[in-house]
Amino acid sequence: MDNFRELYQEVILDHSKQPRNFHALQNATHEAKGHNPLCGDRLTLYLIMSDDLIQDVAFEGAGCAISTASASMLTEALKGKTVLEAETIFYAFHDQVTGKGTRDESSRLGKLAVFVGVRDYPVRVKCATLAWHTLRAALKQETEAISTE
Amino acid sequence: MSSDIGAIREVREEVLLDVAKTRLDFPALHQKVNGKPLVYLDNAASSQKPQAMIDAMVQVYSRDYANIHRGVHELSQRATKAYEDARLKAQRFLNASSDREVVFVRGTTEAINLVAQSYGRANLGAGDEVLVTTMEHHSNIVPWQLLCEATGATLKVAPINDRGELELDVVEKMISSQTKLLAVCHISNALGTVNPVKQITALAHGKGAVVLVDGAQAAPHMTIDVQDLDVDFYAISGHKMFGPSGVGVLYVRESILEVMPPWEGGGDMIASVSFEKTTYNRLPYRFEAGTPNIAGVIGLSASLDYLEGVSLNAISAYEAELLAYGTEVIKRVPGLRLIGEATNKASVLSFVLDDIHPHDIGTILDQEGIAIRTGHHCAQPVMDRFNVPATARASIALYNNKQDLDRLVVGLNHVRKIFG
Repeated sequence: MDNFRELYQEVILDHSKQPRNFHALQNATHEAKGHNPLCGDRLTLYLIMSDDLIQDVAFEGAGCAISTASASMLTEALKGKTVLEAETIFYAFHDQVTGKGTRDESSRLGKLAVFVGVRDYPVRVKCATLAWHTLRAALKQETEAISTE
Repeated sequence: MSSDIGAIREVREEVLLDVAKTRLDFPALHQKVNGKPLVYLDNAASSQKPQAMIDAMVQVYSRDYANIHRGVHELSQRATKAYEDARLKAQRFLNASSDREVVFVRGTTEAINLVAQSYGRANLGAGDEVLVTTMEHHSNIVPWQLLCEATGATLKVAPINDRGELELDVVEKMISSQTKLLAVCHISNALGTVNPVKQITALAHGKGAVVLVDGAQAAPHMTIDVQDLDVDFYAISGHKMFGPSGVGVLYVRESILEVMPPWEGGGDMIASVSFEKTTYNRLPYRFEAGTPNIAGVIGLSASLDYLEGVSLNAISAYEAELLAYGTEVIKRVPGLRLIGEATNKASVLSFVLDDIHPHDIGTILDQEGIAIRTGHHCAQPVMDRFNVPATARASIALYNNKQDLDRLVVGLNHVRKIFG
């Protein structure tokens, strides 16, 4: 198998070509914008919160395969989760793509474990984490666009 | 690999330039990256180095290093001689009329900042205009924005057409009696456009404006003659022309440099210092405060020798054919759109491929051992002009060959297979 297959796994390619929950949410209670000025990637993340439960989550924007797939899979992973659960997933995901957690621990991430290969491509870590940092900004209702730089 | 591409264009490798021999001069080219022989097509960002340049830097640090311009001892004299010989070579390289017009700086960025802060602050004020173009690198935009903020002058921007070219009649209309300085790149790093600097300079001079040319991209590809171009300031960077990083040259017309106020104060730029009165050194030392990048300048000197040995006319002729070949084969990649199709173009193939993000292209090509640049190339206004967030950019130098471009095309087809 080519080396890059570890990065561009089929699941990632699938989500990048056909991102899920890829639309605005008109009645969003929370939203935030994320921007990676180095790549030009931009996305807007929308949340419908009921107390601390994420009832619905969707995104819009344009970016590379890694950032688009990451945002798409974030929406699938977080629908129906509480804020606390979302935070836990955020830290587990962050540790995996930055190489802090062991590869074995990635199984806890479920489907999101496909991003474990990003750790071998340091310049692509920001692509994978953009949507996740944007999520945290949305939960905190920060109005400033978050930037990876 | 090249046979299935069936190229029409000829690239006269042996006739115009002995590329096989040239490649042997650059040790970095002969390595594998991710298990594949390296194809280095990121020359517009920075170039690889000839062994002669590397040897010159080893030599100075091994035998001939000391501080310059003040030591009475042997090593200082050797270092001073090598440093000042470099100035004479840079003078010859740019065809400046005097070595007093050659200032060593850290690179093109510092050169432009020097001109903005010294010449600009002394000569511009509220109501005056600085004219730049849409295709400038950030280093030829931001120093002028800083100057305008400080002086109350206004920054104007000459537009480019869909091919990525300036149009002389448009530029002419934008130069007014308020225009005090026009800053333009000789070759665009993001588009490869070669600008008609001589004609632009004549237009600017006609209205009494001085002209600065960012020559960072031109120096490794074409003969530069500041007297023929009649420009007032010309800036180049060592690292883009097979020399070390952290060193560059600023040419300033002597009559202008003579009256420019010092930029940085310190040692070496003074004639005498007392608390009552400091007098400044003669040109060009007045603009070289502190211990300079001695080894860097001496390394640059070796790269100037190298370029003279190969001949920039031969390099231009060879690269023109190689770029034409590359343009032809790359355009056959389905879904590929070139960004920048100027009639007069050098070195650069900037492109987008379907809706595949340039960073994904760059990562896959890297796995094939092919180094290109992806992103906005420090030219965000160019990206906005063509309505793309980023491009992929392959840029050639004298050591690239047809095989490199064929490998690029194979790599791009591979990218399409993965993301298509």
